[in-house]
Amino acid sequence: MYDFEIEKPGSIADAVKALGGDEAQALGGGQTLIPTLKQRLASPSTLVSLSGLAEMVGICKDDDGRLCIGGATTHAAVAADGSYAGLSGLASHIGDPAVRNRGTIGGSLANNDPSACYPAAALGSGATIVTNTREIAADDYFKGMFETALKEGEIITEVKFPIPEKSNYQKFVQPASRFALVGVFVAKYEGGVRVAVTGASEEGVHRWTAAEEALNANFSTEAIAALDAPSGDGMINDLHGSGDYRAHLVKVMTGRAVAAAA
Amino acid sequence: MTKVTLTVNGKTVSKSVEGRTLLSNLLRDDLHLTGTHVGCDTSQCGACVVHVNGEAVKSCTMFAAEADGAEVKTIEGMANADGSLSTIQAAFQEHHGLQCGFCTPGMVMSAAALLKDNPKPSEAEIREYLEGNLCRCTGYHNIVKSIMAASGQSVPAVAAE
Repeated sequence: MYDFEIEKPGSIADAVKALGGDEAQALGGGQTLIPTLKQRLASPSTLVSLSGLAEMVGICKDDDGRLCIGGATTHAAVAADGSYAGLSGLASHIGDPAVRNRGTIGGSLANNDPSACYPAAALGSGATIVTNTREIAADDYFKGMFETALKEGEIITEVKFPIPEKSNYQKFVQPASRFALVGVFVAKYEGGVRVAVTGASEEGVHRWTAAEEALNANFSTEAIAALDAPSGDGMINDLHGSGDYRAHLVKVMTGRAVAAAA
Repeated sequence: MTKVTLTVNGKTVSKSVEGRTLLSNLLRDDLHLTGTHVGCDTSQCGACVVHVNGEAVKSCTMFAAEADGAEVKTIEGMANADGSLSTIQAAFQEHHGLQCGFCTPGMVMSAAALLKDNPKPSEAEIREYLEGNLCRCTGYHNIVKSIMAASGQSVPAVAAE
């Protein structure tokens, strides 16, 4: 690793101030950033550690019944919560236990890895991303591979999830990395079904609207079986699988998520 | 340089560390606790797993500066007070849960974290929990048997035998 300083602010306000410095970068749980630094793929002069910010850790419900998760809350804590079954199920299969004890929801969403799990939950739930300055709807937040609506130095302080009637996440694991080769999050709300796909597209997480329409008419595996798989054009094409293979998996994993939704 | 003070295996230690100093560097290079192994340096193998405030963490994927004030337990802190092997360690010895031994510190620390939360895990639960611990000897069956035995369960013939 190149040399850098670590700052450990005591409040969100201090963290924002520290991130205003030259070449400063936020450090969440570090489960992606530290391996990146080891490969010398990033060279910040200062890392601003967010994991010690008590005001960004914890899970509660707001007056609208939404599950509010602090940005520095670990995957293990979300997995253990259980009040949103689909979300806790997703969190319980990210990486491995040691990774889940450090990695945070804010870190994952800020990074927006095209194969990460949490973006599928946030988009599939129509979650609200809360930062130190504003609230961003998930539909406006994800801007493509590793790209988000976050501005320089903006911190995810909280994520608010409306809790659906039924939900499930199905991940086809890339066995070496434990990332999703394809992952599909299905959530059935009173106002309609949302289907979010991760791991598949060159553009990162996205909604599969054809499946949403079919499931709105008939929430069943038969509705998915009757659909054509999405096009393989624009899907990730690498040594782990072709675009067409991923497109096929999108349909298969959506069907499994609908079957398992509870 | 940042000064960090933490408790390691019950002893309070203070050291000055660089920002980029990993917890595994602090343990191995500064405190000479070389039982914590660094196998891959890419956060995948789990040989470096230690407990930070009671939770399993990959010490090669956490900065020492972030362990300030923490309680850390390494493989050197696992034996009983009289120096005899802990139940988990004894079970690894009894059931040949190690071949070359390189992954063993991480396996034992992960096993201890698992049994703390789940005192009687099934074979499948053990295998799932060990997803982040790689054994290049591929000696997984005996590792699983060792953890079954350490949790006071009978050791069945495992799959693929």
